[in-house]
Amino acid sequence: MKWEKVMGLEVHLQLSTHSKIFSSSATAFGADANTQTNPLDMALPGTLPVLNHAAVSQAIVFGLGVGAEIGKVSRFDRKNYFYPDLPKGYQISQFFEPIVREGVFEVPLEDGSIFPVRIVRAHLEEDAGKSVHDAIPGHTGIDLNRAGTPLLEVVTEPDFRTAEQVIAYLKALHALVTYLGISDGNMSQGSMRCDVNLSLRLEGETEYGTRTELKNINSFRFIERAIHVEAERQQDILESGQSIVQETRLFDPENDETRSMRSKEVANDYRYFPDPDLLPIIIDEETIEQIRGALPELPAVKRGRYATELGLSQYDANLLTQDRATAEFFEACCTASNNPKAAANWVLGDLSAALNKEGLAIDGCKVTPEGLGSLIRRIDDGTLSSKMAKTVFEGLWAGGCDVDRIIEDKGLKQVSDTGALETIVDELIANNPAQVDQYRAIDEGKQKKLIGFFVGQAMKASKGQANPQILNQLLKQKLGSP
Amino acid sequence: MAGPEPFETISSLARQLDDRRVSSRELVEDSIARIERLNPVLNAVISLDKLGAIAAADQADKARAHGAVSPLLGVPMLHKDIFCTRGVRTSCASKMLEDFVPPYDATVVRKLHDAGMISLGKCNMDEFAMGSSNETSFFGAVKNPWDVNRVPGGSSGGSAAAVAAGLASLATGTDTGGSIRQPAALCGITGLKPSYGRVSRYGMIAFASSMDQAGPMARTAEDCALVLNAMAGHDPLDSTCADIAVPDYSAGLEQSIQGLRIGIPKEFFSSHLKNGVAARVNAAIKELESAGAVIVDISLPSTDLGISTYYVIAPAEASANLSRYDGVRYGYRCDSPSDLQDLYLRSRTEGFGEEVKRRILIGTFTLSAASYDQYFMKAQQVRRLIAEEYQSVLKDVDVIAGPSAPNTAFVLNDNSKSITDMYMEDVFTIGANLAGLPAISVPAGFVDGLPVGMQLIGPRFSEAQLLNIAHQFQRRTDWHSLTPNLEGLTR
Repeated sequence: MKWEKVMGLEVHLQLSTHSKIFSSSATAFGADANTQTNPLDMALPGTLPVLNHAAVSQAIVFGLGVGAEIGKVSRFDRKNYFYPDLPKGYQISQFFEPIVREGVFEVPLEDGSIFPVRIVRAHLEEDAGKSVHDAIPGHTGIDLNRAGTPLLEVVTEPDFRTAEQVIAYLKALHALVTYLGISDGNMSQGSMRCDVNLSLRLEGETEYGTRTELKNINSFRFIERAIHVEAERQQDILESGQSIVQETRLFDPENDETRSMRSKEVANDYRYFPDPDLLPIIIDEETIEQIRGALPELPAVKRGRYATELGLSQYDANLLTQDRATAEFFEACCTASNNPKAAANWVLGDLSAALNKEGLAIDGCKVTPEGLGSLIRRIDDGTLSSKMAKTVFEGLWAGGCDVDRIIEDKGLKQVSDTGALETIVDELIANNPAQVDQYRAIDEGKQKKLIGFFVGQAMKASKGQANPQILNQLLKQKLGSP
Repeated sequence: MAGPEPFETISSLARQLDDRRVSSRELVEDSIARIERLNPVLNAVISLDKLGAIAAADQADKARAHGAVSPLLGVPMLHKDIFCTRGVRTSCASKMLEDFVPPYDATVVRKLHDAGMISLGKCNMDEFAMGSSNETSFFGAVKNPWDVNRVPGGSSGGSAAAVAAGLASLATGTDTGGSIRQPAALCGITGLKPSYGRVSRYGMIAFASSMDQAGPMARTAEDCALVLNAMAGHDPLDSTCADIAVPDYSAGLEQSIQGLRIGIPKEFFSSHLKNGVAARVNAAIKELESAGAVIVDISLPSTDLGISTYYVIAPAEASANLSRYDGVRYGYRCDSPSDLQDLYLRSRTEGFGEEVKRRILIGTFTLSAASYDQYFMKAQQVRRLIAEEYQSVLKDVDVIAGPSAPNTAFVLNDNSKSITDMYMEDVFTIGANLAGLPAISVPAGFVDGLPVGMQLIGPRFSEAQLLNIAHQFQRRTDWHSLTPNLEGLTR
């Protein structure tokens, strides 16, 4: 029996508006408890929500970004339940008529192929506050700073079959929202939260099995792990002839297991109904077109352009477009170097390694794209060997800003002057007669090996600055003919 | 110099203030003295802000001395205790908010303050505005100044009784299903419920958000116009508050009503109506006819559906609006809760009165998955039907006239009156709330010494016309200037 995973995702994106969705309080992360609240956020009597239109615009931007239909009329509804961090006793959400309707989002996979994910809807809602359990001994505190932060909940069809597809989707979604500037997508701060609905079925089966919902897992690695252990748990249950209970489960990374949070059977009846405090959101075609016109180039378009216009591999194009900052760095570096392939290799190679080593993101990069661009130019014009280039790159990383200055300071100019190299080669031949004789006696295959010795010595003599191509050429010529 | 009489209108007080015949300080002190004398019996006022009022009066007198002129400057008034007042306890007549002091003013409070009115304090009301007799108040029932054994109506019963007893010439009220008009009728004063969206709801504690509307309760239509000028207008803090210009409601009061078409719905004169009331309202309609209006028989066939529609929608909205009173952040909290569930259960069980709990339960039920389509959706459909009925009738006639309430004031603690009997009090007023229309109740005579009100309902944002008709009626009648005998009412 072979089991197939069937997964659908619900992703909560925190939108990057400066103020909350229905109040003027700030949304910045990490402020002291309850300092970013006003009477509305605390649900004092008589306060009324007033829609922040920036959140609506960002939702439309998202909808256009995933190629979805925008609801011309959408509404807010009240989702009723009691919880201490939900000050009004209801959450303002969109249940009946969401702002973003159906669409298909194209997700690039590792192998360069495209995996289409069907988006069911994306709706605006307000976040809840936080219960704080450790601040006051014996009590639970409530921090309402987060209450009212705008969220966009993105719901997909159950289109995923593998954890890799899920991760690829989340990465593409992350790339998209950061490109669009509508969310920082920061998973550890909760700006991007993912719930996975997972069920199993036998391969070839068309009906879906009973699903469980894995809640709020805050890193790609944990999502992958949670999917794996939950699928194994379900498989064990199904293979022992029992059935899955539909419920919400929490992934516990420490024990590498999922645990039941609450059963849907005793779940709340949320009693959704239209919120009478808010007017419908009415969006005309003109507004949509205006927003569409102002969209930046989307990752999918960039990916295509990198492959066709710049001649990059699909794999490299996918990697470079994973986030907007990397793509922008790469594009600036292309402009500065006029060599897209080299720029791609540097950005994905040495630069990415250096960033990883210091745990930096591209925005914290110590090398400017212009600096890297001129480095590439100096390779292309023969000034630098690739080995020297690495040394110059280190110089740039260490805070140098002018490539030519670094070359100068480190005395790294490559010697391509035939005259100067000839002197070195002549000296070498004069000082190593035994090796020269050996070279002349052996066949071509073995010669290739021995020439390495001469190149090494010549490089040493030139303090590494000899242009290797010219050096090779000279050595072959002089060793070959006595 | 003799002070002003207790039953003066705002316009008259303003003239006396302008002529320096009286100071705002004197008016405020007179009002406070009168409240202190009569309120122990009437129980119309539940918070008195003496110091605040006197300070504000002195400021108003100073402003006037420096040349400030405003038709409301220095005139004392009272707010229904549903409006948040910064620094002054705002309880909504509930144990739940017995100690709640808001850190902000409702927009209505701010606007009337900005217009120079002096708030004396807060009026009693039905708890969370749920009731038609003012008997659901945590602070006890209000007595009708015309007969202290009877109710003043509700939910703005304290406001109506206060104006009727001359405690102030104005009190604010709110009207979700008749809560301004029915008590105005039962207490013999003039009360206007503006169109939905005409006056900001910000800072007004929500009952049923899609119908709640604030309005003035005063002695005359002329006074209501003066106050509406200050109350109405767009408020960026309330998304449902209409962004349309506010006309001068006083400007057109003297216009003739010659040729105006007034529709009389036959359903308003059904078996619900007490005989004497019908006669008084008919006489009032005759009066309008003799002023030149054309009387037209009309029909609003869905009138009887109003009550059940309203009692599905209003409790549904209320059930969510009142969820915030959970004992967590402010308001009543039960003693030593054993866990979260216990905190919720006991805080709400102990903090809310019976009628409020009944409506929360009804609303929770009608919104539940199993009954949503059958109740809430159905009620929304009927609401649309009723609204369309009013709209279509109001294409043929300029206004609709009829009784404000089916009865005159009934006796307090009347155990023979069932809950649904009580709900029937709103049968003629609810339509205007469901349809978002403005409506006014004006005194139209007496039955057995108890006031009767005539109601006028107009198209959306036709407050000026309603006030014009009401004023013309009050120029031809003196029901509004009759006052109850309160001598010897001190306890």
